[in-house]
Amino acid sequence: MGVEIRVEGLVMTYGDVRAVDDVSFTVAPGEFFGLLGPNGAGKTTTLEMIEGLRRPQSGTVRIGEHEPWRREPELQRRMGVQLQSSSFFERLTAREQLDTFGALYGVAPGRTAEMLEQVGLVDKADVRTEDLSGGQKQRLSIACALIHDPEVVFLDEPTAALDPQARRNLWDVLRSINDSGRTVVLTTHHMDEAEVLCDRVAIMDAGRILELDTPAALVRGLDAPVRISLAPGTLPVSDARALAGDDPVTDDDSGTTITTRDPSRVLTALARRDALDGLSVKGASLEDVFLELTGREYRA
Amino acid sequence: MRAFRSLARAMLKGFFRDKMAFFFAVIFPLMFLVLFGGIFTDQGASRSDVIQIGAVSVLDDAPRAVRAALDESLDVTRSSDEQDALEQVRKGDADAVIRQDGDRLVVRYSQADQVQAATVRGTFEAIVQSANLAETGQVPRFSLTTDQVEDDSLKSIQYYTPGLMGWAIASGATFGAATNLVVWRRNGLLRRLRLAPIPTRSVVLARVAVSIAIAIVQAAIFVGVGVALFGLRLTGSWPMIVPLLVCGTLAFMAIGLLAGAVARSEEAAVGIANFVVLPMAFLSGSFFPLDGAPGYVTAISKVLPLKHLNDGMLDTMVRGEGPSSAVVPMLILLGFAVVVTAVASRLFRWDD
Repeated sequence: MGVEIRVEGLVMTYGDVRAVDDVSFTVAPGEFFGLLGPNGAGKTTTLEMIEGLRRPQSGTVRIGEHEPWRREPELQRRMGVQLQSSSFFERLTAREQLDTFGALYGVAPGRTAEMLEQVGLVDKADVRTEDLSGGQKQRLSIACALIHDPEVVFLDEPTAALDPQARRNLWDVLRSINDSGRTVVLTTHHMDEAEVLCDRVAIMDAGRILELDTPAALVRGLDAPVRISLAPGTLPVSDARALAGDDPVTDDDSGTTITTRDPSRVLTALARRDALDGLSVKGASLEDVFLELTGREYRA
Repeated sequence: MRAFRSLARAMLKGFFRDKMAFFFAVIFPLMFLVLFGGIFTDQGASRSDVIQIGAVSVLDDAPRAVRAALDESLDVTRSSDEQDALEQVRKGDADAVIRQDGDRLVVRYSQADQVQAATVRGTFEAIVQSANLAETGQVPRFSLTTDQVEDDSLKSIQYYTPGLMGWAIASGATFGAATNLVVWRRNGLLRRLRLAPIPTRSVVLARVAVSIAIAIVQAAIFVGVGVALFGLRLTGSWPMIVPLLVCGTLAFMAIGLLAGAVARSEEAAVGIANFVVLPMAFLSGSFFPLDGAPGYVTAISKVLPLKHLNDGMLDTMVRGEGPSSAVVPMLILLGFAVVVTAVASRLFRWDD
């Protein structure tokens, strides 16, 4: 199970705007791949060309041996897509939506119950989609994408417009998608989401891929300092300065913070003094990577 | 085949669960049928209420045959209180007061209801003329014969049922196709279906089948109510309404697809559909006959599909024409559907 996706030199222009500008990457079978970037970065257009909704103006996409824009049923049966959380038939219940999508893919009716179970919507089976919450709609829409047990799954901003709680709840469902070795491509504008879910992340801005690697490697590549904070009064400021050496120290109402590139030395020294009250350690995040790459503050 | 069936089932459920759509496609036109059926049933029996004060020889001494003819247009009551009678005319409770002054017949009416006023005046002028003629003892040289141009059997319900039914079917098919297209394009379902391993024609055929099914339900309800409540009488080739409404549905769906292709929002699609369907219904004689309409109205109506559907329905349902009378309207409707669908498909977009 799982299938390879090869993207080479994709270009899509709208008038004068190069929405997608020479994008290339390969997604390995079974990989959870993320396209990350702010709105308007070209993620969705790239995804639409990979899914086969748009024919690339130049460049090629191959999913296995198929070119998706030809929309061959053979490929489409192996492909699961989730576009918008609202892509449902009007006034049907969750169960009826799954039954209908199942019929389109020729799967046995028994799959509906299985999918409701998998995304935790068993008790909402007979509720019309219009009456589901945002998070429940997303779960259902993912269930509809998985109804035919596809080898490759595309998710376009599945957590957009969800509150933080619903977003984290959905992560559990998303993680389970590639347990069985499916290839997954996800677009998101949430940095933390890409960090938590994706094996590799392509950071896009203005139609181009700026960087592509595992989240950890991207952050490591930054060589950014680590911020170690202590609760106020845990350690006299003078002691903290002595301990930090050349590293900068700030002290305010919220506590004392040492910014260092050598966290193990600082942490060992703090442990020796038994000064670990209210300790927090913050490394760089993908947010910092984006800032570093574009020189701009990341705004979703 | 399974894809087609499940799509059609999903669309049908969506329609019957949408109370507003159901109301406007079925109940609303039916309200007009009930309304028109009620208003126009006693149309022929509208008589003028006349109050007679004292003896009026032209009425009292009229031969029995003349008197019977007069009773068809006059409802005469006698009274001795002239002031009260005039007050009734002023208030509109009666149409005229008559009394005889020697050889003069005095008719007093209210100009408030101009149609009744003219009728009353005309009637009594004729009565006085014929009384004068009788007085001379001459045999009348000229005579008058009147005859209405419509078929005698075409009572109002016979006319309104096919017309209002045509309007209902036109609304249902146009609005159904227009809103379906816009909603599915906006919520992304069109693109979602495009990525499913089914041919586009399954989706289109499912929508056509659903619209035809809805039209058949509408027709069954209309004919049922017409026959059961208002004495509608169907003539020989009435089963031809089924192929007629299939062709009509295709033509109106084409209009809906065009509206849906142009409109960006559901509201705009409904607006455009209304803008087309309502004037079309008036110009196609769905609400009242176009017999008296000026030539340019008749000319416009000839390019409207609803006009041809109405003609076909009238001919086969109530005018007693043979099945072949439906052929020309059906061909026109199909031709209209082909042309408009071709235009709509040029403007069609999968996404916004």
